[in-house]
Amino acid sequence: MSDALARLRAPLVTRSNALHAGAWWLWALGLAAAASRTTNPLLLALLVAVAGYVVAARRTDAPWAYAFGFFLALGALVVAIRVVFAVLLGSPIGGTTVVFTLPEVPLPDWARGVRLGGRVTAEALVFAFEDGLKLATLLVCLGAANALANPARLLKSLPGALYELGVAVVVAMTFAPRLVADLLRMRAARRLRGRADRGARSLIAVARPVLEGALERSVALAAAMDARGYGRTADVPPAVRHTTTALTLGGLLGVCAGSYGLLAAEGAGFGLPPLLAGLLAALGGLWLGGRRSPRSRYRPDRWGARAWLVAGSGVAAAVLVAWAGGSDPAALNPPAVPLTAPGFPPLPAAAILLGLLPAFVAPRPPRPGTAHAEEARP
Amino acid sequence: MIRFSQVSVTYPDAAKPVLGPVDLTVPEGELCLLVGPSGVGKSTLLGTVSGLVPHFTGGTLHGRVTVAGRDTRTHRPRDLADVVGSVGQDPLAHFVTDTVEDELAYGMESLGLPPATMRRRVEETLDLLGLAGLRDRPIATLSGGQQQRVAIGSVLTLHPRVLVLDEPTSALDPGAAEEVLAVLQRLVHDLGTTVLMAEHRLERVVQYADRVLLLPAPGAAPVLGEPAAVMARSPVHPPVVALGRLAGWDPLPLSVRDARRAAGPLRERLSGRAPAAPARTAGGEPLLTVRALSVRRDRAEVLRGIDLVVRPGETVALMGRNGAGKSTLLRTLVGMHPPASGGVELAGGVVPHRAEPGRLLRHAGLVPQDPRDLLFAETVAAECAGADTDAGAAPGPCRALVAELLPGVPDSTHPRDLSEGQRLALALAVGPPAAPPALLLDEPTRGLDYAAKARLAAVLRKLAAAGHCVVLATHDVELAAELAQRVVVLADGEVVADGPTAEVVVASPSFAPQVAKVLAPQGWLTVGQVATALDGIPDAA
Repeated sequence: MSDALARLRAPLVTRSNALHAGAWWLWALGLAAAASRTTNPLLLALLVAVAGYVVAARRTDAPWAYAFGFFLALGALVVAIRVVFAVLLGSPIGGTTVVFTLPEVPLPDWARGVRLGGRVTAEALVFAFEDGLKLATLLVCLGAANALANPARLLKSLPGALYELGVAVVVAMTFAPRLVADLLRMRAARRLRGRADRGARSLIAVARPVLEGALERSVALAAAMDARGYGRTADVPPAVRHTTTALTLGGLLGVCAGSYGLLAAEGAGFGLPPLLAGLLAALGGLWLGGRRSPRSRYRPDRWGARAWLVAGSGVAAAVLVAWAGGSDPAALNPPAVPLTAPGFPPLPAAAILLGLLPAFVAPRPPRPGTAHAEEARP
Repeated sequence: MIRFSQVSVTYPDAAKPVLGPVDLTVPEGELCLLVGPSGVGKSTLLGTVSGLVPHFTGGTLHGRVTVAGRDTRTHRPRDLADVVGSVGQDPLAHFVTDTVEDELAYGMESLGLPPATMRRRVEETLDLLGLAGLRDRPIATLSGGQQQRVAIGSVLTLHPRVLVLDEPTSALDPGAAEEVLAVLQRLVHDLGTTVLMAEHRLERVVQYADRVLLLPAPGAAPVLGEPAAVMARSPVHPPVVALGRLAGWDPLPLSVRDARRAAGPLRERLSGRAPAAPARTAGGEPLLTVRALSVRRDRAEVLRGIDLVVRPGETVALMGRNGAGKSTLLRTLVGMHPPASGGVELAGGVVPHRAEPGRLLRHAGLVPQDPRDLLFAETVAAECAGADTDAGAAPGPCRALVAELLPGVPDSTHPRDLSEGQRLALALAVGPPAAPPALLLDEPTRGLDYAAKARLAAVLRKLAAAGHCVVLATHDVELAAELAQRVVVLADGEVVADGPTAEVVVASPSFAPQVAKVLAPQGWLTVGQVATALDGIPDAA
């Protein structure tokens, strides 16, 4: 029995069993969709806690893994700004519980409808806080995906025809930090010429040489890539080429027409079919276009049982919260007027807790610190 | 394997061809070393093999280059990727992905090899190059030698029949260079790969070459032959060859081991003599005083407990492996890093990290590892004018110094169009324009040929004789032996040896110059010393 349990425990992560980056994104988007359905601060806090716990349990010490802290700070900033605006500009919510009154700035006639200062009610504050918290939770969910999924591996999963785009992004991601390093180094070197090495002017003065250097490096990289076979094309029969063009163009037209139909006041029924057909045609075009490039993929991420579980937990959380919202809207969106203490609806809370699943099923990264000890072996 | 027939290359706006005519064949399975002074078209020749010249660089190629039967005129570089692998001097400019394993697979993905083949070749290459322990590491965290090995590995996975390398060891410390050379040896011996390699640091590579291709001067006919025969007439040669030529050894030895076996008679002739003791001019007030210096970067202590006093007329070489803290020490001496504890003082009580940049420049000047860091203007003339303004001098002196170091460079040249050696000379002229009392150089001989190195050594000697002090961080043991009276060896941020060059350098297997190894246990360091001593002895023969 204990053996069977031990076999089910998440293994240590290696390149072969690493979770598909797309699974992390589906999980995070599921949580974000759940967050978009509610303004109940207790549920939102639970969502943030779930995302935070999974990140803490499963992040590596790669550079992008530190993105989560940044997103948390960004979320806090969003809440703060939302509340400050509600205090300064007032709120359409109204309410009767006045907390304090700011001196009101009289505005001219043409600015009617805008208010500066005045009464600040508890209802308005609570509404602004909940609204900001919702947005912050969305950001935190995106931050979790950023921290957990390797962006380079996600781009590698793109269809072949979009491959070039992926290369461009990866190259840009490695160039940007080096550009900053160059800028700082050259600015420091100004001291060696007896010029000021502090202040904005010293930065501007080195901008041109730094950009020249970056250009030189790009040309060198392009030469190296060419010499390593980048941009080889396979011979494709003309019929396939024409089909590719027709499918891609036709698909895009279908998508445009379909979206117009969906957004127009009447005709939602006519919008959906062309949209779907267009999407299918465009995807077919992309797939056919990929045949022009003879590229193959080295050790692509596999979509296994653990990836299904991770992605499924996020999607399940989203679907269950949406369904609960349909059956009991008041629990998910407690009204700000009149002021009420938010309840803690058990079913949506349980659905959100499903999002914790990845913390147990996703392969576990080695603890920071032990990784280096292993690398040090000769 | 590689056949050049009547090849010449002309770049646009150039009056005469930069290379050629070249007419020769490099046979299969050989390590062919390409030598010659700077600016004879070595890189261009290498580029014609990989097809980057002229497909990528522009210019006109006359004649025909064929590699494994493929004509580079009709095959673009990407079509040659499976027969020619090329690696440049800066491995960082070569990497497309961010981890070792992905980098090794990148070229194979472009060629569309099946996944099972890719996996097998990556594993083989990891073992062949000793990279298995680093497979998941981000490339940016590797050392220089490791990066160079990854760059070589990334083209090896395509199983090229020809490997083209442009100065693969120039930027590496002696240990890392050995790593890379051992790998090349293995490729030639075990896999039968044809290697064509250009390298300035001949003392490191010439003994491994099966054949040497010499480009003696711009426009002169190339010479391909046995290494010993070519070295006997080559204008660029390592010290061991210079010693062999001086002593008249035949056949000419290329390795220290061969030279030692031939050196018995020479050692006898020299016995009882000692190299002239370096002039001890080191008197007077110190120009540079470092006391118990520690420098931290974040939480890492990069330097710890450094003590160093340098007096006028002294030349000090800082040595040690990559990452030992040499560059950090030099940068601390000009105040680019504040000390965490201890202190640095220049002449007149100037503390570098608190001094005004303008005032500091009158006491100490540093030429950084990449001289481009110092060059901000768009022409040589503007650079000089700026330097004179910085120094508060009348216009003129800087341009005069540039003319002395760089004869024949027009005013309107863009600094980035200069060769590596010319750029260093320009940085030396504009960086510390007024030749400050303490002159610091970080790795000054990267990419310099022997002639440019000799010019640099002459300038530094003149400065030292005029009462300046020179501190240079270098991997180049021959330069240190030539120039420095004192060597300071750093390891892990601490001074592990500090003493006269002869004592420190001879005792160490990796820092000993070739002449010292050949003539040990006698204390000779340079060919120049031996030549002077021999002048005083009547020829025994």
